[in-house]
Amino acid sequence: MSGTCEGAAATPALQDYTLRLADSALILGHRLSEWIGHAPLLEEELALGNLALDLIGEARSLYAYAAEIEGKGRSEDDLAYRRDAGQYRNLLLVEQPNGDFARTTARQLLYSAFAHPFWRALAGSRDEMLAAIAAKAEKEAAYHLRHAGEWLIRLGDGTEESHRRAQAALDELWPYTGEVFERDAVENRLIADGIAPDPAALRPEWQRSVAAVIAEARLKQPTSGWMQSGGRSGRHSEHLGHLLASLQFLQRAYPGASW
Amino acid sequence: MYTQGLLHGKDEDRAAPEPAEKLAAFQARIDSEDKIEPNDWMPEAYRRTLIRMISQHAHSEIVGMLPEGNWITRAPSLRRKAALLAKVQDEGGHGLYLYAAAETLGITREEMMEQLLVGKAKYSSIFNYPTLSWADIGAIGWLVDGAAIMNQIPLCRCSYGPYARAMIRICREESFHQRQGFEIMLTLCRGTAEQKAMAQDALDRWWWPSLMMFGPPDADSQHSDLSLRWKIKRFSNDELRQKFVDATVPQGHFLGLTFPDPELRFEEEPGHWRFGAIDWAEFRNVLAGNGPCNRQRLAQRRDAYEGGRWVREAAIAYAEKRRMQAAAE
Amino acid sequence: MSETPMPLWEVFIRSRSGLAHRHVGSVHAADAAMALQAARDVYTRRGEGLSIWVVPSDAITASDPAQKDMMFEPTASKIYRHPTFYKVPDDVGNM
Repeated sequence: MSGTCEGAAATPALQDYTLRLADSALILGHRLSEWIGHAPLLEEELALGNLALDLIGEARSLYAYAAEIEGKGRSEDDLAYRRDAGQYRNLLLVEQPNGDFARTTARQLLYSAFAHPFWRALAGSRDEMLAAIAAKAEKEAAYHLRHAGEWLIRLGDGTEESHRRAQAALDELWPYTGEVFERDAVENRLIADGIAPDPAALRPEWQRSVAAVIAEARLKQPTSGWMQSGGRSGRHSEHLGHLLASLQFLQRAYPGASW
Repeated sequence: MYTQGLLHGKDEDRAAPEPAEKLAAFQARIDSEDKIEPNDWMPEAYRRTLIRMISQHAHSEIVGMLPEGNWITRAPSLRRKAALLAKVQDEGGHGLYLYAAAETLGITREEMMEQLLVGKAKYSSIFNYPTLSWADIGAIGWLVDGAAIMNQIPLCRCSYGPYARAMIRICREESFHQRQGFEIMLTLCRGTAEQKAMAQDALDRWWWPSLMMFGPPDADSQHSDLSLRWKIKRFSNDELRQKFVDATVPQGHFLGLTFPDPELRFEEEPGHWRFGAIDWAEFRNVLAGNGPCNRQRLAQRRDAYEGGRWVREAAIAYAEKRRMQAAAE
Repeated sequence: MSETPMPLWEVFIRSRSGLAHRHVGSVHAADAAMALQAARDVYTRRGEGLSIWVVPSDAITASDPAQKDMMFEPTASKIYRHPTFYKVPDDVGNM
């Protein structure tokens, strides 16, 4: 029922890996939900809400699975609301603040251009649960990618102001795009077991999608220099602490209460 | 519902005189429950009343996203987070359906937004109150959506087709909103002492404003006549308010809460909950812009609209460039 | 405070194969691709759609309303009186 993980040694790795995916989905969904009441167009309020709901839904499925693998009776809420920033495993990219609409759109493009081929690859996982979650998430990521791409094109090739903001957004977020292709011991283990895809293998497609949008948006792809890293091991930016303080406040203020 | 209490404008009477036969024929259509559609002849007063009513209803939906949206990031469980986000998004969608319905009468979305943001248009007074605790989210779903449903169901039979159809769509989507709110209240009332106190405090603050949502007493609403005759408004303010109280008081008692009204008592004959005097001065003040959150709500909507102008301009500029390119080929 | 209005699009959704597209409402969007996305985001949030059509509102021509005894001018007209459906020359001034 919990997939085909061989042996007790694989379990912590599988749990860690699942938690990484869950955390990224939740943090990004949370960021997008911050746009409610602030979007530039009513239609876009709804669109951003849809994206956020998709991601929170992905997070919930993944947290439930992570808790199950762990086997200690923890719930999705225990994982989301009772781990401090140092225990969170999300990508640094998704915890970056929303900034303006260009920043949010660029962040979404850079994330979804990876998420789409990633979920597609994970849908072939030997772990049945991850494969099932991935199959659903792939469809969502396809839409998120198209949505973000269409908007970034319009911002890049719209007015002078929108072009400036779109370029700035890309430039500022580019250093967070390397982390997603890293592999550590956990990932190596799961790749060997046929459970996780090799992220490096997804880079060409990511590059193609991103480059195509950037070109049509009349933007310049930033030069890849130093890439930020550390999310996997709980080394986050200062932003995550504030985000979690808000997210977790009620559960922390009223320990033991049910909501 | 959001507009039940706002229909006391005087515009209806200032229309230019229209041919008696046309007016009579129009009234005959209304009386036989015919639906009036966008291209049909209609009295100017009917058109103007509907524009005002529908746009104010739409404004209420999108302003209403703000007090609840205030708690999305702090929702205390993932399930509640997702449910609240979906609810607030529904409200945005409802606003959009209603703006679309109003646009069939000859006003643009931009004009309506401008009216709202400069403070010329009204929206339901209830959204000018702050959400101070998670329990407020429960109270809003239970009371405010409960009150809204009272008005929305009759509006599904409004004489104007596009509005009626928008309302049918909205009512279908509303079904989970009130239940969600009540369930939050129930969870709190069955929870810790602190949670129960939170729920009581929320009821204490939201009860009277919810009653005010139904608008001034019938005796003070002389201009409802035309709205009732044209089947834009189907029940009087007091009727709906009483219906709401009768439905809601037992629910509150089930929760184990007390209502902030020492005069609240059940009258066997004819079987209604009688309640104390509503502070109409507060209602008028809030409508006039002096509620706790009026300025903040409009400022937030204004900042989003103004702050997002460059985005809309970019989209339009891009479309124009592509159009010119296509034309040149 | 005035800006170029976002064009209006009417939305038609077909929810199951074999049934016809139904008019469900309208959205504002700058172009067709964005209108399609907006329609999907606004009108298919509960999984209602398999096929979406979006049409610029001012591209639709409507037949005369049925009632003959209403004494109005019958003309093949726009589907409703929206200020942006009628292009007024710039030199007419504000209208």
